[in-house]
Amino acid sequence: MAEAVLRSLRDGCLEGEHAPALSLQDSLLSPLASHALHHFLTSLLSLVANGKSQSRGIVLVAFDRSPSFYLDLFKRAGFDTSTVDKGTRILDCYTDPVGWNDAVHQSGQNSLITLVKNVKDVDKLLCSIVDLAKEFGGEEKERVVVAIDSVSHMLRHAPLSSVLRLLSNLRCHEKISSLFWLIHTDLHEPKVVGSFEYISTMVASLEPIVQLPDYANGNSGNITSLEENYSKAKFNVRLKRRNGRVKLFCEELLIEQDSVKFSSVPSISSVVTQNLIPKVQFNLQLSDKERMDRANVVLPFEHQGDGRNIEIYDGRRSLGESEKDPSSTKTGGLSGQNKLSNNNNNQSERGEIHYIRDSDDEQADSDEDPDDDLDI
Amino acid sequence: MAEPGDLLAEAIGHSPPVGRVVLIGDCVEISGAFLLHLLLKRCLSLDSSSVVFIALSHPFSHYDRILRKMGCNLSVQRKNEKLHFLGLQDFSAGCKGNSIDHGFCKLYNEIRKAVEAARSKEIKAGCVFIMIDDLSLLEIAGDGSDNDVLDFVHYCATFTSKMDCSLIILNHDDVYSSEEAPGLLTHLQHISDIEIKAAPLNTGLAADVHGQFLSLNSEIHSEPVNGNTLYPLLL
Repeated sequence: MAEAVLRSLRDGCLEGEHAPALSLQDSLLSPLASHALHHFLTSLLSLVANGKSQSRGIVLVAFDRSPSFYLDLFKRAGFDTSTVDKGTRILDCYTDPVGWNDAVHQSGQNSLITLVKNVKDVDKLLCSIVDLAKEFGGEEKERVVVAIDSVSHMLRHAPLSSVLRLLSNLRCHEKISSLFWLIHTDLHEPKVVGSFEYISTMVASLEPIVQLPDYANGNSGNITSLEENYSKAKFNVRLKRRNGRVKLFCEELLIEQDSVKFSSVPSISSVVTQNLIPKVQFNLQLSDKERMDRANVVLPFEHQGDGRNIEIYDGRRSLGESEKDPSSTKTGGLSGQNKLSNNNNNQSERGEIHYIRDSDDEQADSDEDPDDDLDI
Repeated sequence: MAEPGDLLAEAIGHSPPVGRVVLIGDCVEISGAFLLHLLLKRCLSLDSSSVVFIALSHPFSHYDRILRKMGCNLSVQRKNEKLHFLGLQDFSAGCKGNSIDHGFCKLYNEIRKAVEAARSKEIKAGCVFIMIDDLSLLEIAGDGSDNDVLDFVHYCATFTSKMDCSLIILNHDDVYSSEEAPGLLTHLQHISDIEIKAAPLNTGLAADVHGQFLSLNSEIHSEPVNGNTLYPLLL
């Protein structure tokens, strides 16, 4: 279902809507979101190169890794230089984020890369991103995907409100088709992470496969599970539909040599149901076998249809039947009551209890109060 | 008794890591300084490599004494310009009368000059290792300004991508309590490629084993990596 996320980024925004936005979240317990980001980057670039997406290019804002790392990543993913030249622009916020580097000779060796020397000025950053977006064809309708490789770095240099403003402005900008970013949740307070979730249409959070409670203390105890968390993670996605519906799904993200694989795990609903049922000593639900067994139990007081029709009381018994069963006319008004009747035709000496079930909906041995609907 | 050096080699590879950010975390009970000394010796013993050492916790003579015991003469290496030693006074000089970030900026530019000098000198490009001993003292020197320290570490880390340098940082983990708001340590852990944690044994003290260290390798690069492994610390 990571495909669904990619599809949404590929299809971009609809007329009169804001651009879809994906927030990738991870923490030190499962530090694999950058792999997912790289996966989406390369997948989108190949879609862009084949003209299969709404966008004409990708503008990558690099805070966490150097531009050369990304160029290398594209090369390793099998893109030739011309595809990368045509499809990407990189805003370099990595090399000199606060302008300490007094050497000027390093800039300008690659036309793909634009150096930013003061990332604290978020408004200027927005202008730079839009300028790069305009480099992909001048037509009004041409749009681009914007990727920010770490919002956490931005938040170190700029206040939350201005970073959010930047993202909101990007979402409603006419040149932007979709955007995605990465945030390390353990670096921020929950409310900060929450604000980013609000302005995104998709949230993909990576969670460890194996929970290691005492990682922070350095006593990681089980090395195998620690190692597992560095190569695998739970990829939980929350998709907000335009009609307000929210869809949840969970996949397993697996790091392989140079690539990321997504595989499905047992459906989220079953996991959720399992988690919601409280841990109790007894069973609250029946298994299929138990249900079958229960259906086969012969109830002692129910008429077993020995030679006669099984009667189910539907609240409007025919006159003929009520004549046969005089007691039912007396109690018939009380719907939902178990009917006790003495069959005094030919077995009057023995005595017998007849039970006529109210309807098929009611379980034969239901614990439900039959007078539940009485309004006294 | 196994040589700690051999285990270290097994943990982080047989040659010092190139193009990586290595974070060594220790605590009061177990000092991680010995790992730094071992790495320093190893880096200097490589043919075409040089080291920029930012020493805040001890004077030059301290390291000189220790490394001499290990069979490496730091004074000679310094004379040969294989070792660039930057002490606390270099940082304080930058700060004098100026803002803290100016001090960090000045220190960074000194490192950059040293790195560039080392790179231009070598025709066959060797690796430059930048070592910081230790980061919590850098934070103190920077008057507790986390953001400036992180900017400084980030700038030092940029060398790893453009010049094949490595950044090796010693830090005291227990100074940063995990119950506090997310801080410097978490940032550093996100930045680092290899994290080595030195800790006492879970079971308590033993006669010949002082502790254990855990090497966490979260590298993103495609080269084969060593797994995350827990090693006993034999001293």
